[in-house]
Amino acid sequence: MTPKPSPTKAPTRRDVTVSLATVTNSSPAVGSARSAEDRVLSSRRSPGTIVRLLLRRPVAVISLLWIALVSIASFAAPLLMPRDPYETNLSKAYQGPSLENLLGTDQLGRDLLSRLMIGGVEPLSGAAVALSIAVVVGATAGILAGYLGGVFDWVSSRWVEISMAMPGLIVLLVVLAVFPGNTMAAMVAYGFLIANPVYRVVRAATFAVTPELHVDAAKSAGLGALRILRRHILPRIMGPLIVQATLVAGVSILLNTGLGFLGFGPKPPATSWGALITEASQLIVIHPWMLVPTGFVIILTVLALHSIGDTVRDITNERWAGMPRRARRRQVPAEAVVVDQQPVAGPEGSALLEVRDLTVAFGDDRVRVVEGVSFAVNAGEIVGLVGESGCGKSVTGRALVRLLAEGGEIVGGSIRFDGKDIASMSEREVNALRGSEISYISQDPMMALDPSFTIGTLVGEAVQRQEGLRGSAQKQRVLELLAAVKLRGPEETMRRYPHQISGGMAQRVIIARALAGRPRLLIADEPTTALDVTVQAEILDLLREFQSRFGMAIIFVTHDWGVVADICERAIVMYAGQIVEAAPILDIFAAPKHPYTEGLEASNPHHATRGVPLPALAGSVPAPRDWPTGCRFAARCPYATPDCKEAPIPLLSPGPERLSRCIHIERVGTREGVTK
Amino acid sequence: MTVREHLLDARDLRVVFKGRRGKPPVAALDGVSITIGDGETLGLVGESGSGKSTLGRAILGLNRVQSGSIAFDGHDLFEWRRRNAREVAAALQVVFQDPYSSLNPTQTVGQILAEPLQAHGMRDRSELARRVYEMLDRVGLASEYVDRYPRQFSGGQRQRIAIARSLMLGPKLIVCDEALSALDLSVQAQVANVLMELQRELGLSYLFIAHDLSIVRLMAHRTVVMRHGQIVEQGPTDELYSAPKHPYTQALLAAEPVPDPVEQRRRRQARAALAQRGPMATA
Ligand SMILES: Nc1ncnc2c1ncn2[C@@H]1O[C@H](COP(=O)(O)OP(=O)(O)OP(=O)(O)O)[C@@H](O)[C@H]1O
Ligand code: SF4
Ligand SMILES: [Mg+2]
Repeated sequence: MTPKPSPTKAPTRRDVTVSLATVTNSSPAVGSARSAEDRVLSSRRSPGTIVRLLLRRPVAVISLLWIALVSIASFAAPLLMPRDPYETNLSKAYQGPSLENLLGTDQLGRDLLSRLMIGGVEPLSGAAVALSIAVVVGATAGILAGYLGGVFDWVSSRWVEISMAMPGLIVLLVVLAVFPGNTMAAMVAYGFLIANPVYRVVRAATFAVTPELHVDAAKSAGLGALRILRRHILPRIMGPLIVQATLVAGVSILLNTGLGFLGFGPKPPATSWGALITEASQLIVIHPWMLVPTGFVIILTVLALHSIGDTVRDITNERWAGMPRRARRRQVPAEAVVVDQQPVAGPEGSALLEVRDLTVAFGDDRVRVVEGVSFAVNAGEIVGLVGESGCGKSVTGRALVRLLAEGGEIVGGSIRFDGKDIASMSEREVNALRGSEISYISQDPMMALDPSFTIGTLVGEAVQRQEGLRGSAQKQRVLELLAAVKLRGPEETMRRYPHQISGGMAQRVIIARALAGRPRLLIADEPTTALDVTVQAEILDLLREFQSRFGMAIIFVTHDWGVVADICERAIVMYAGQIVEAAPILDIFAAPKHPYTEGLEASNPHHATRGVPLPALAGSVPAPRDWPTGCRFAARCPYATPDCKEAPIPLLSPGPERLSRCIHIERVGTREGVTK
Repeated sequence: MTVREHLLDARDLRVVFKGRRGKPPVAALDGVSITIGDGETLGLVGESGSGKSTLGRAILGLNRVQSGSIAFDGHDLFEWRRRNAREVAAALQVVFQDPYSSLNPTQTVGQILAEPLQAHGMRDRSELARRVYEMLDRVGLASEYVDRYPRQFSGGQRQRIAIARSLMLGPKLIVCDEALSALDLSVQAQVANVLMELQRELGLSYLFIAHDLSIVRLMAHRTVVMRHGQIVEQGPTDELYSAPKHPYTQALLAAEPVPDPVEQRRRRQARAALAQRGPMATA
């Protein structure tokens, strides 16, 4: 065999090229107390362990305090009890709360508070036992089944199915028959039974995390299975596991109380919450108060557990998500925004759609993600809405048909279509407009088709809504539409379900549906981004054909300049929620008038030579919260001067039909400042 | 070490996936052979479902290979991986497409970068730290990012972190599976530059998988075109792009829109003509 290969520990090749000087230079300016070395492996800036985050939520803190209080009061009862819980004093029977007996007394005059405290030992320790078993057994089996799959998963899942089919109550009664009066044995058995739902939740969560690419990357880095489980999987399933654990703890307490109520449990005079409930319910007519303290404590304890579970669920949902929970910085005040009055229109005027000063905000703190957008679209015109991810293209497109996602709202401006303002219409009016006058195609073709209906039904629905056709006339029209979008075998396609067709076919179906009402304006949000280039070319041909045949105007949202060059007559470039440039297609490619457009076109690999670095714009699009008052592009702009950052930049007109939001238009194109 | 001509020499690979719901099995790779030289970038293009990613994953050992052989750095890759998976991992790395799921959200950048080294037995904290900072610098990330979490970064920055992680063990070959596809134009250019610079400095080889033809033309010395699990054409990138021989390659290249309206109109007409001669369209 060949000798052992070299890359055992340290790569030698690299070390040659690394001078220590670069290393020390690149080492951080350590202002903090921790050394640069410590920061590499520590997680101090961590979003915090779940527990630490829990401690920031008042409801969770109260719940935790309550659980702690109840546990201490029960387990340390012998030390803390105000009185002897077994000492009878018939002269004081049936008393309500008093200074002497804070929670009153029972039928034998025993102190209820003390009995409640000592009575918690049985349900709490029982629940603790059941919980430990359920978590250890369920989580271990679940994580292994989810990660390993295969035989282990098959066997353990079958076992769970069988044991979940067993009647739990009967199992417990059998256990109690074998170990008379031993509720602990019953709780142990219950722990195994309730390990099943824990198993299911953990297995499902592990299944969800395992295919994530970072797990593949970890495997590719040669990490062992144990390390992958511990470092990459366990932290991600902690949330669901804790939620499940709180539920298990809750039902275990209830179960133990139930057993106590049925007479299983410590022999009198020793007591448990369950036994206290039994006694109280027998005397409910004579002394109803007796039920109150015990019932209250049980309910509160279970509620507290659930509220901890709910909070953990919230935390884990938010924790690894992209954005911090609350705004750190306030938005730029509205007064500071220059309002752009002139809508950008094509040559003919008399626009079909005229958007003025459209502003859209999201969330409780009203973050503006689209600001002061004005443009116009003429009948039969194809206008491109271009820009990088997050610049507000989709939000603008959706706002035009009032289909903003939850939390989004048009907070200013108007959208005039045919003389009427869509922004201030009633929901019913907009609904009537959608599909018949304006159609909208969303970014994800597959998501747009309901998987439970056939293509025939999905398109037929639109035909019925728009044209009122039913029966064979409806079918005829559906076939016509499917043929119009050039689907082969329309008859056969009608009978298929969305998952049975390819992405390209799905997009054709969506277009067919959008065309059912013969709209005058189509808003298409990246209709070809998810498709292969050959299919994309066909869809673009199709849209072009409809435009010329029916004079349909199209607003085409895209980030692909090739697509813009192919199909659009005018382009509107957006950056950080604003229009930064607008121009006819030939002009914008020949001589961009905004540094951002220029930079984007320069960094297109199409114009590049292999081996030569692309002229890249530095940095990336800032998030809406971080938009500066001055030019939003200034941080990345090679032409920026100090006055760019002082005040909002207005849209200026450097030529007929052209607009640019830049105060140094004359320097654009000189490429003097373009960075490497 | 045996004499070897190529860094990677994959012969006649076959990967078959079980058909779902009663469908017959699909050959995702059907007799595919490729070679990659030292310091070379091999581009791999084709439409969705053509088997591009399957080839990359087969080389990485993430897919079961039914038949065929891979020689890597003079060794039988399958046998080497069985014998010492860690050594293979050090020499053969990966950067995935999705900059969001490819980083563990519960680890800091420092932990992400140190992990491969720790898994390979490095315990010395100061050495670990030195290597981590060096790599951050190399991929153009500020050193104060070391204790931040992936969610605090943009897509391009995350992709740099993923590249840095793939470099920690000093690999010879990196499989870049749509590594630039999710990035915006301006950021894509930044990351492409990082990859090219690293290749120049370290003599890395890349298997560069992408559906975007123009980025492959920029990155790859040679290009392979795949369809239905088979290679339909391969050759030096410039030749292949300027004079494609196979009708499928021709259709693919003709369908790609170029960012130039005048040129694009000409191409559209050429494509219409091509389509009339022999319909290659597939929807
Ligand atoms: N439902 C939402 N809740 C809160 N913010 C949102 C929501 N949808 C979008 N945003 C924010 O609005 C801004 C613009 O988003 P938009 O989807 O319009 O971008 P885009 O230009 O379409 O990007 P892409 O090219 O990625 O589709 C982003 O900063 C985004 O985070
Ligand atoms: S206004 Fe200034 S910073 Fe903004 S794009 Fe123009 S030159 Fe650049
Ligand atoms: Mg979008």
